[in-house]
Amino acid sequence: MAKISTVRWMALGLALALGAPVVQAQQAPIKLGELNSYARWAAFTVPYRNGWQLALDEINAKGGVLGRKLEVVSREDGATTGDATRVADELVTREGVSLLFGSFLSNVGVAMADYANQKKIVYVAAEPLTDAITMAQGNRYTFRIRPNNYMQVGMLVDQAKASGAKRWAIVAPNYEYGQSAAQVFKRLIQERVPGAQVVAEQYPALGKIEAGATVSALEQAKPDGIFNVLFGPDLTQFVREGNTRGLFEDKTVLSLLTGEPEWLLPLKDEVPEGWTVTGYPWDEITDPKHKAFVDAYRAKFNDTPRLGSLLGYTVLHMIRDTIERAGSVETDALVKALADAKFDTVIGPITMRGIDHQATMGAWVGKLVLKGANGGMTDWTYLDGTSFLPTEAEVKAVRKD
Amino acid sequence: MDPAFVVIQALNGLASASSLFITACGLTLVFGVTRIVNFAHGSLYMIGAYTAATLVPWLLQFSFGPVTFWVGIFAAAFVVGLIGVLIEVLLLRRIYGAPELFQLLATFGVVLVAQDLVVQVFGPQDILGPRAPGLRAPVEILGRRFPSYELVLIAAGPVVLGLIWLLLRRTRFGVLVRAATQDREMVASLGVNQAVLFTGTLFLGAFLAGLGGALQIPRVAANTGMDLSIIAESFVVTVVGGMGSVPGAFLAAIIIGQLQAFGILIFPKGTLVVVFLLMAVVLAIRPNGLFGRPEIVGGTHAIGIASRTPRSWHKAAALVVLGALACLPLVADAYLLKVATEILIFGLFAFSLQLLIGVGGLVSFGHAAFFGLGAYGAALGVKWLSVPMEAALPLSVLLAAAGAALIGAFLVRLSGIYLAMMTLAAAQILYAVAFQWVDVTGGDNGIIGVWPPDWANGQTRYYLLTLGLTALAGLLVRTVIDAPFGYSLRAARDSEPRAEAIGLNIRRHRWRTFILSGATAGLAGGIYAFSRGSVDPSLLGIPTSVDALTMLLLGGIQTIAGPLVGAGVLHALRDQIMPLTSLWRLLLGLSIIAMVLIFPRGLVGTIAAWREARS
Repeated sequence: MAKISTVRWMALGLALALGAPVVQAQQAPIKLGELNSYARWAAFTVPYRNGWQLALDEINAKGGVLGRKLEVVSREDGATTGDATRVADELVTREGVSLLFGSFLSNVGVAMADYANQKKIVYVAAEPLTDAITMAQGNRYTFRIRPNNYMQVGMLVDQAKASGAKRWAIVAPNYEYGQSAAQVFKRLIQERVPGAQVVAEQYPALGKIEAGATVSALEQAKPDGIFNVLFGPDLTQFVREGNTRGLFEDKTVLSLLTGEPEWLLPLKDEVPEGWTVTGYPWDEITDPKHKAFVDAYRAKFNDTPRLGSLLGYTVLHMIRDTIERAGSVETDALVKALADAKFDTVIGPITMRGIDHQATMGAWVGKLVLKGANGGMTDWTYLDGTSFLPTEAEVKAVRKD
Repeated sequence: MDPAFVVIQALNGLASASSLFITACGLTLVFGVTRIVNFAHGSLYMIGAYTAATLVPWLLQFSFGPVTFWVGIFAAAFVVGLIGVLIEVLLLRRIYGAPELFQLLATFGVVLVAQDLVVQVFGPQDILGPRAPGLRAPVEILGRRFPSYELVLIAAGPVVLGLIWLLLRRTRFGVLVRAATQDREMVASLGVNQAVLFTGTLFLGAFLAGLGGALQIPRVAANTGMDLSIIAESFVVTVVGGMGSVPGAFLAAIIIGQLQAFGILIFPKGTLVVVFLLMAVVLAIRPNGLFGRPEIVGGTHAIGIASRTPRSWHKAAALVVLGALACLPLVADAYLLKVATEILIFGLFAFSLQLLIGVGGLVSFGHAAFFGLGAYGAALGVKWLSVPMEAALPLSVLLAAAGAALIGAFLVRLSGIYLAMMTLAAAQILYAVAFQWVDVTGGDNGIIGVWPPDWANGQTRYYLLTLGLTALAGLLVRTVIDAPFGYSLRAARDSEPRAEAIGLNIRRHRWRTFILSGATAGLAGGIYAFSRGSVDPSLLGIPTSVDALTMLLLGGIQTIAGPLVGAGVLHALRDQIMPLTSLWRLLLGLSIIAMVLIFPRGLVGTIAAWREARS
């Protein structure tokens, strides 16, 4: 009897000893919820998904984080506010994800920030650029990685000072992102360029531009500078009509995001040369860490990276670092680990500012030029976001928390 | 204003009008002969644009020149024409005799299928076509540059009009088309081969839609949203011009093109509203459009709830179901309760539509108008008046009822297909208002922060609140259906002249039905807004209206419980299937078509019929 019992105990011990690594390896993965407009805005979001998938493979190949693998549950957000929060709710209550990241359109980003605040779950807004997400609608649970409108417009306006253009026309899509960018442009151009005035404003509905009519309406105001916020198909149509009708000749044009490959490639050889833009000259960045990222990306997807690729890759690595530092996936621990955290990324150090949850990621600013059959950037510099952040006093004046 | 600028802007308007006319002309021809309003016409336009934007650059690789470009454009239109033939042979041919509601729904099923197929075939990216060779350089007009391609487009409209005129006046096919437009039955009795006539007309209509889309590629990127935006505009053109009238469509397209070109200057954010307001004004003055003839609309197509004797077990069964639903929070988790809450809301929404269609015989294709009004009523109350949910929900009912009273006052004079199209137009006007009146509604951004107060927050509490409200509202509507008011509505639905002969004031009854149905849908919309925390214009969109119709159709249009069961089944399926596949719209579209063709009675209706057959 005793003998059998001993054998049993030994067997149990053996089983535990052998079983322990198995148990550890099978520990449930950390689930992250991801949502984006993969159908409607594929030009940006599909490379973005490739980016975070590349990062996910790298992270899991190194054993994940906190001894657990990462799992990203990805969903289509329908590019509308209602669909996005509905999908977010599904991710949180059915899939039990630890945090949410993603979304493309600014209005969706604002709705997601509101949702995060209501349900007390961390939301990392990767792409949405409206100032509202970190300013008026900002809250304890919402964090943004990319430089917001205030920062990017600030970079462009500084470049425009030398041009001497005083009469400005604005063209922007009529939703949160365009409205926010136009508003901050009006403010900054008057503050920083003495004597500047806005003489025309056109706000076509997103994705529904009547390019011919819009171009002639801008022409009518005879501006000497144009500030453009259009992107995607709206931009392509606007550029084509503008080129045909000579709208851009002898004018200073400032344009948000147009140097990003996702919006530049569709323009093909009709690239409007000389525009001052923010963008991503990925093939000319010589930093070895960035080169390694580009090589890995091209090897895996057989495609050139877009800005979305870089963003998706960077965001997931930052989330991984955050979880490691928090030591758990509890919301409060994550919020604390994110505030004022420093991250080492392929484009250099990035800090998540604690007061408004805006990261200091910068942007590449330069001029558009035709290189062969496609457009690219020339005379570009990388401007770190730190010196373009809104001041702490400005943040405190508008944030409600 | 600078005269050169006015001229340029007018030319811009003419260029847009041309393409719109070519597309709408196809729609009006098809309607004239087949009496079907083909929702899928917008999809054909979209396929034309995608095909041309892919085909033309491919052809230009081999031989760059104007001839290749134009061959590519016409080849794309021809391909679309063949797709039109396919649609006629496979689907339309089977539903010429069906009620209008089923025809509209079936063609909308094609729209859904096309949306997913286009993404599968051409990829999710928007595609901007190449510029036309030889037409890259602008021309100088009054000292301003104007794209020469636009001048070609301006010429294309009148050319197509002339060719269609020749076709209709000088060929035997044209004579038959005109004869069928005037009297379909007579043409049939004279021994004309209808199959060939209808298929030919569909080919012509689809070819024109494809041509309209293909001509756009150098100036508009082919995108997945272009089907619904062009179909809404084409509806306006055909209705304003008079259904079936080609010159009417031409005139209407020019008016609309100019309205849009100059509207952007005077009213830069309200161009969509202007177009639909034009339609409302024209129909108020000339109910058949500019060149339309009065339509003989029979009441034979009405379908709906039959009169029946209430059984005692119905009440008991309803109580049992209600009790079981009230106990659901004991077993269900938070997510299941969320889904159940949504099912209850959609059930009430579909039930309110049942009152309009099944009882009143008023086929509404824009019921989202009232659902959206309710949601916006609640959200606007929260945003602008800072009222809590207790006051915002009555606001949503009030706003929806007021909207229904206004829209209903216009609509009660109409019936059949005109009614369906006007309800759609009304919903589109509201959609445009919500979309473009950014200062009040937030436009695309919608309104966020519409959360319930603490006592109703949390999934269980909100579920119970929803259950209570929907049960009360549902009971009220049910009582109305069985009251004398409901009986008189059914009488008017089944035979308008007889109902009038016994002294019923039909229009007033129908107007009241609109208000009651609108208010009920508004309540559903209000509850929905608080369950999601936000509203956006998509709540007022065509897909929301079609959701309600699908639920009705799925559950069974001739039964009381149908819409409730339909809402439950459709939403549960959607919740399970949608995360798994990107082809949800394809599945939904195919199911709608299958339901129309195979079991138009719906789930509950089929079960009831089966029980009757057995007993």
